[in-house]
Amino acid sequence: MALLKPKAPEPRALEIAEARIDALTLPEGGWAEPARRDALARLRADGLPIRRDEYWKYTKPDTLTAPEAPEAATFDAGEPPVFDAFDRLKIVFVDGVFDAEASDDLALEGVEIERLADSRADIHWAKDVYGQLEARGQSPVKRPLATLNTAFASDGILVRVTGKPSKPLSLIYHHEATRSDAILHHVVKVEEGAEVTLLESGPAAARFNKCMEVEVADTGTFRHIRAQGRDHERRAVTHIFGRLGRESVFQSFTLTANGVLTRNEVVLELTGDNAIAHVAGACMGDGDFHHDDTVFITHDAVNCESRQVFKKVLRNGAVGVFQGKILVEPGAQKTDGYQISQSLLLDDDSTFQAKPELEIYADDVACSHGSTSGAIDEEALFYLRSRGIGEAEATNYLTLAFLAEAVQEIADEDLQAEIVERISAWLFRRQAR
Amino acid sequence: MLEIKNLHVKLEEEDKAILKGVDLTVEAGKVHAIMGPNGSGKSTLSYVLSGRDGYEVTDGSATLEGEDVLGLEPEERAAAGLFLAFQYPVEIPGVGNMTFLRSAVNAQRKARGQEEMSSSDFLKEIRAKAKDLQIGQEMLKRPVNVGFSGGEKKRNEILQMAMLEPRLCILDETDSGLDVDAMKLVAEGVNALRSPDRGFLVITHYQRLLDHIVPDVVHIMSNGRIVKTGGPELAREVEANGYADFKETV
Ligand SMILES: Nc1ncnc2c1ncn2[C@@H]1O[C@H](COP(=O)(O)OP(=O)(O)O)[C@@H](O)[C@H]1O
Ligand SMILES: [Mg+2]
Repeated sequence: MALLKPKAPEPRALEIAEARIDALTLPEGGWAEPARRDALARLRADGLPIRRDEYWKYTKPDTLTAPEAPEAATFDAGEPPVFDAFDRLKIVFVDGVFDAEASDDLALEGVEIERLADSRADIHWAKDVYGQLEARGQSPVKRPLATLNTAFASDGILVRVTGKPSKPLSLIYHHEATRSDAILHHVVKVEEGAEVTLLESGPAAARFNKCMEVEVADTGTFRHIRAQGRDHERRAVTHIFGRLGRESVFQSFTLTANGVLTRNEVVLELTGDNAIAHVAGACMGDGDFHHDDTVFITHDAVNCESRQVFKKVLRNGAVGVFQGKILVEPGAQKTDGYQISQSLLLDDDSTFQAKPELEIYADDVACSHGSTSGAIDEEALFYLRSRGIGEAEATNYLTLAFLAEAVQEIADEDLQAEIVERISAWLFRRQAR
Repeated sequence: MLEIKNLHVKLEEEDKAILKGVDLTVEAGKVHAIMGPNGSGKSTLSYVLSGRDGYEVTDGSATLEGEDVLGLEPEERAAAGLFLAFQYPVEIPGVGNMTFLRSAVNAQRKARGQEEMSSSDFLKEIRAKAKDLQIGQEMLKRPVNVGFSGGEKKRNEILQMAMLEPRLCILDETDSGLDVDAMKLVAEGVNALRSPDRGFLVITHYQRLLDHIVPDVVHIMSNGRIVKTGGPELAREVEANGYADFKETV
């Protein structure tokens, strides 16, 4: 809708892109090659993000666009891995390389799973999605790191959901090499009436560029719960591009604790009437931590609902960023759009930048957005302490309480409890130090 | 048990004296009531004793069993046996009532070097005590005080007191906002806790609570000082004549 003339890319953006491209090899052959070549051409034309870009105003892209990944030590949190107790189909990647040994058999009723790197057949359903949703998501704002991903992704999974698989699919990303640079691209197609839950966990690499395209057909349901890796020095830029059909459901939740730099973008298009999209995130940052949630939801059908619920707890100089937009196209009447982004700043050194936006071209809609940044509630803190609960523990409770609204967006109660458990462990472990 | 001597308190942020020399001793096994007009400093006294920020003690002392409490953190005072039932209990969204109480009980036990309470013992005890106060399961599961009516909040305070078994209980206007039935329930809860080794400081604006929680000693506070001390008859005097008589003595 925006009638802005596309700006010519800055020469610097093009230089950076060329330097990055030089360090990579375009995978050849197979059904994805045309999409990859198209993406490469787009990348060459658009360049990579630079600091001056409006869309990167609050987050420095340099280390994400550099030819090589900055070093990142691995970190053992000393806890059982997240989702460990859940019955799930494990799909393991180590530094971005699929690990068949560590993974389960990919056969599961109701779902077809293939590796991107394996899938060499000429005709493939994924052709209609791979790079397609990503390309649609380039307007009105360019997301060149996703384009780079489409071109150069070395692996990933292709999931076609035809039924209701009995357990979640669980992508596990191990990080072993201190300079690993992983580019993974996943495609998920949820067919009519089908339903799937996808879990993601782990740091993946020193630097991780991940793109996931999700097509949810009419009446399909896609649920996504992600716990990003705890390695302190890891960097990640992730994109989710989703297209939602009539009466479909899309729910995505992300937990982020640690990581020196994270940029998570979610770009959704609600194209069928009565679709529902919920995107939520809880993030805890302590010290050298920069976390950016950038969300763009387009309503292009009638009576759809979207919710964005993002909560960030920051201390010791941690930085949180939220850029969230709801765009309601003409004719998208009865849109119900909700967006909230809040930060809890546990000290004066930490900062939160928020840019909430609404752009509405229909008259019969209900959209609201709010963004707040606050300190711990002193009244509540004193109340807890007056009952004998120490200050640090009381602060943890209030922190958990603050994050609760985001965590409650997880539909499954057991998974919700698992995430609460993780947050709790993170908070109390830090308190003990 | 509680000994307050010549306590002077001002606001931290501004030069406003609120308590201007309070002297008060509460013995174990006794119920002391403090009555007084609005703004006389009753809540301030309760907050200063429990360690809330924002006040500065400029003179005097307060000890519990001989130990200075004014230098302790709020949680240390709680562990030492001091409990304040708030005039305005705080709502804490996202923290379950039960979780909260259990951490409080165990934090205090830990601070005293006692073993933590097992979850089954805790459950048994809280169920029984909640029942006496007509607090349902549902209220126990809800976030602390969130969506509670005025009366429910006050009953929840008494439940906390019953679970924490403090040595000195301060009740700040626990009767305000309660109808007669709720007040009786609260009074029963308090009376059940009366024991030879526990002291009470019951702050109230009206005499009616004292019909149900019969005090041993009544103090009148006005303009930051205890201006008169007597027996239960003092409360009835206030009821009949208001506070006007006492203001003049200041
Ligand atoms: N935090 C505060 N800020 C400003 N004034 C206060 C504060 N706390 C107490 N006061 C003032 O101190 C006086 C005593 O208040 P309070 O202790 O609440 O009285 P009571 O409980 O007897 O009604 C009042 O004049 C009140 O306005
Ligand atoms: Mg008061």
